[in-house]
Amino acid sequence: MHPAIAGLLTIVIGVGGCIAYYYFSNQFLDKVLFPATKMGREERNSFRIRQALGFGLVLFFMLLVFLAVPMMPEVFSAIVYNKISVEMLVGGAFIYRVILSFTISVVFAFFFYVLLRNIGGDAGHNINRANMIRPWLFLMPALLALGLYLAYPVVETLRLSLTDRAAGGAFVGLDNYRQMASEPKFWEALQNNFLWLLIVPAFSTMFGLLAAQLTDKIGWGAIAKSLIFMPMAISFVGAAVIWKLVYDTRPIDQEQIGIMNAIYLSLGGAEPIQWLTIPFWNSILLMVVLIWIQTGFAMVILSAALRGIPEETVEAAIVDGAGPFQVFFKIKIPQIASTIVVVWTTITIVVLKVFDIVFAMTNGQWETQVLANYMYDKLFRANDWGVGSASAMVIMLLVSPILIWNVYNARKEMR
Amino acid sequence: MDNIAGTKSSLTWAVHISVAVLVFLWLFPTVGLLVSSFRTADQISTSGWWKAAFPSEQNLVLRTGAPSEQTQEGALYVIEGNLFVEDGTPKPDAKISVWGTSSRAIADYTAGDTADMGDDGRLTVLENGDYRLENDTEFQGRRGERVFVTATTPAEFTTENYENMLLDPTNREGMAKAFFNTLTVTIPATIIPILVAAFAAYALAWMDFPGRALLIAAVVGLLVVPLQLALIPLLKFHNEIGIGKGYLGAWMAHTGFGLPLAIYLLRNYMVGLPRDIIENAKVDGASDFQIFVKIILPLSFPALASFAIFQFLWTWNDLLVALVFLIDSTGETTVMTKQIVELLGTRGGNWEILATAAFVSISVPLVVFFAMQKYLVRGLLAGSVK
Repeated sequence: MHPAIAGLLTIVIGVGGCIAYYYFSNQFLDKVLFPATKMGREERNSFRIRQALGFGLVLFFMLLVFLAVPMMPEVFSAIVYNKISVEMLVGGAFIYRVILSFTISVVFAFFFYVLLRNIGGDAGHNINRANMIRPWLFLMPALLALGLYLAYPVVETLRLSLTDRAAGGAFVGLDNYRQMASEPKFWEALQNNFLWLLIVPAFSTMFGLLAAQLTDKIGWGAIAKSLIFMPMAISFVGAAVIWKLVYDTRPIDQEQIGIMNAIYLSLGGAEPIQWLTIPFWNSILLMVVLIWIQTGFAMVILSAALRGIPEETVEAAIVDGAGPFQVFFKIKIPQIASTIVVVWTTITIVVLKVFDIVFAMTNGQWETQVLANYMYDKLFRANDWGVGSASAMVIMLLVSPILIWNVYNARKEMR
Repeated sequence: MDNIAGTKSSLTWAVHISVAVLVFLWLFPTVGLLVSSFRTADQISTSGWWKAAFPSEQNLVLRTGAPSEQTQEGALYVIEGNLFVEDGTPKPDAKISVWGTSSRAIADYTAGDTADMGDDGRLTVLENGDYRLENDTEFQGRRGERVFVTATTPAEFTTENYENMLLDPTNREGMAKAFFNTLTVTIPATIIPILVAAFAAYALAWMDFPGRALLIAAVVGLLVVPLQLALIPLLKFHNEIGIGKGYLGAWMAHTGFGLPLAIYLLRNYMVGLPRDIIENAKVDGASDFQIFVKIILPLSFPALASFAIFQFLWTWNDLLVALVFLIDSTGETTVMTKQIVELLGTRGGNWEILATAAFVSISVPLVVFFAMQKYLVRGLLAGSVK
């Protein structure tokens, strides 16, 4: 099947399935489990018996479809060729499957009746009960996905980081962490990550604040903003290609096509430099890519915050004789301090997860390794799940202060 | 505020210039790639892209016609023609300044000169590339004489790179397949989480039940859980349930990873909807399901659009999830980001290929970005944890 058709089918099945789930689960709750009608004891009993019969019948047909229908072609062809025999229907697997389906349906219908016999009847009670269950119906798919795709992996990765795959998943305590700590590449990655953490959020926020403040005042500010914001839409890989061209190096006897070297040579540099191979500075050059991307984000958020500042405070400062710089640093910045922190932490999280840029531009060579790429290396190139999981846990550990702080703030806000 | 005395400062021009510089710096690298993708390999490697709009001086190696084309004029054997035409790329506006017949002396003669090459004959090259090669004896061999020229060619742009990368089905490095694969990943991975998240967000915003606050806090917490943690456990899980690597796994992974932001964004938006509307509908006997479908969903359109854009950009630009959950050893399901990384490895110096591939991949997000910027900004403002 062509993947595009599979994609369309997935949309139809996925969306249809979701809608069907939400619709029918609500119907089931309101019409079957807790009907909002008043019923006497006898009435309720016969209602539940009818329900149980209906439920059993539906279940029976569903089981038939899944268990017995796959056998149908054989039976059918036997009938057509007039070779049908009693043994075939009774002695064969077919009849057993029909009987099995029937038995299961009867048992379940009986349980259904026994369970619900005494529930319902009082309309008010029923509505309350239904409303207690309904939120969980709405939440269930999301909770399942969140649990499976985000919560469970945290626990599982922790477990994997304490086991050794080569030894059949045996528990090895902190061996993986010890092994990781003995590798210079890990310390290099950690050191680089701290460097990224210091530099990228700081410069992105600074440039973002600068851009936000400056563009707010001029007529073509909106256009300027959207152009500075544009790199947000570009993938890290695309950005890596864009900046590789900037950093490109050609031999001395050829014309330089990377702007960095062209400028360097025109300023009197002796020979072109392979920028991405010089330790420390190459990390900085990779950070430039992320700063370039994240500045737009910082600008948009901070610009909104700047506009939210009450004008009276600014006016009062101006009346008191404050210059533009004083207004900016002493009046505006303190009022948007909390937003600056938000921008800073959000970019910090992006930085901690940065993978694509390093992967595409240097792949961690020339001492540019970062944790996320180190982890990828361990997991998929060295096939060492233990150490890979251990380094993932290190990333998690670095993220968790922000996680706790966010949760704390969110809870405070809700109260 | 501008008309308050003192704010209309003399710094206005400085502001204009600073913003212009900032915009220029931010735009410059991308423009470089865009311009490069419209230039030929020769042009890219002989001059920086910022010189693309000006005539450029290139050193070219061209060939005269082969001996099989020679004609006889009296006692002379002659090969005539235009060097650029022989090369297959006629350049009517090119101007040759100097030329030579050996790679060590590429500037021995100026245009119009005649070079005496002894037994090989006499060669005259004119400014426009016309040449005349004559000899007293018959020309031998299969191929023509090599000529090293330094020519000034006018600015020239071509769509050849795009034709090559997108329309040529025989090009194994082409982006056409990767483009459709990316699209196949992106669309289901954008639509399904929206639906799942919308119901959950409604429950978290407007339904009362024990544990609600805890769940909201959990969603906020999961918002920052690094994707990296999920790779191995989920790859193991996918292998165990028989999905392995493929679209289904990628769709599910993107859905799972996109949900916290989706729920968070949509819940924040839905909480802000007026309580009266919802209560009135309840009094009128609408069920929660009806309220959700008929009132909340239409009213939440801006938030839904915001998240859709986020998820679209993120799935389109993603590399890690595709590497881990999608692309198997056959490479049939490769996406554009992966294709570009591969090209970076194998064709690191061929910027006409790299630039075109990268621009094919970033053009769609850029269009979406400029068309729906309003919703993107709105989503960003609602989504940053305050």
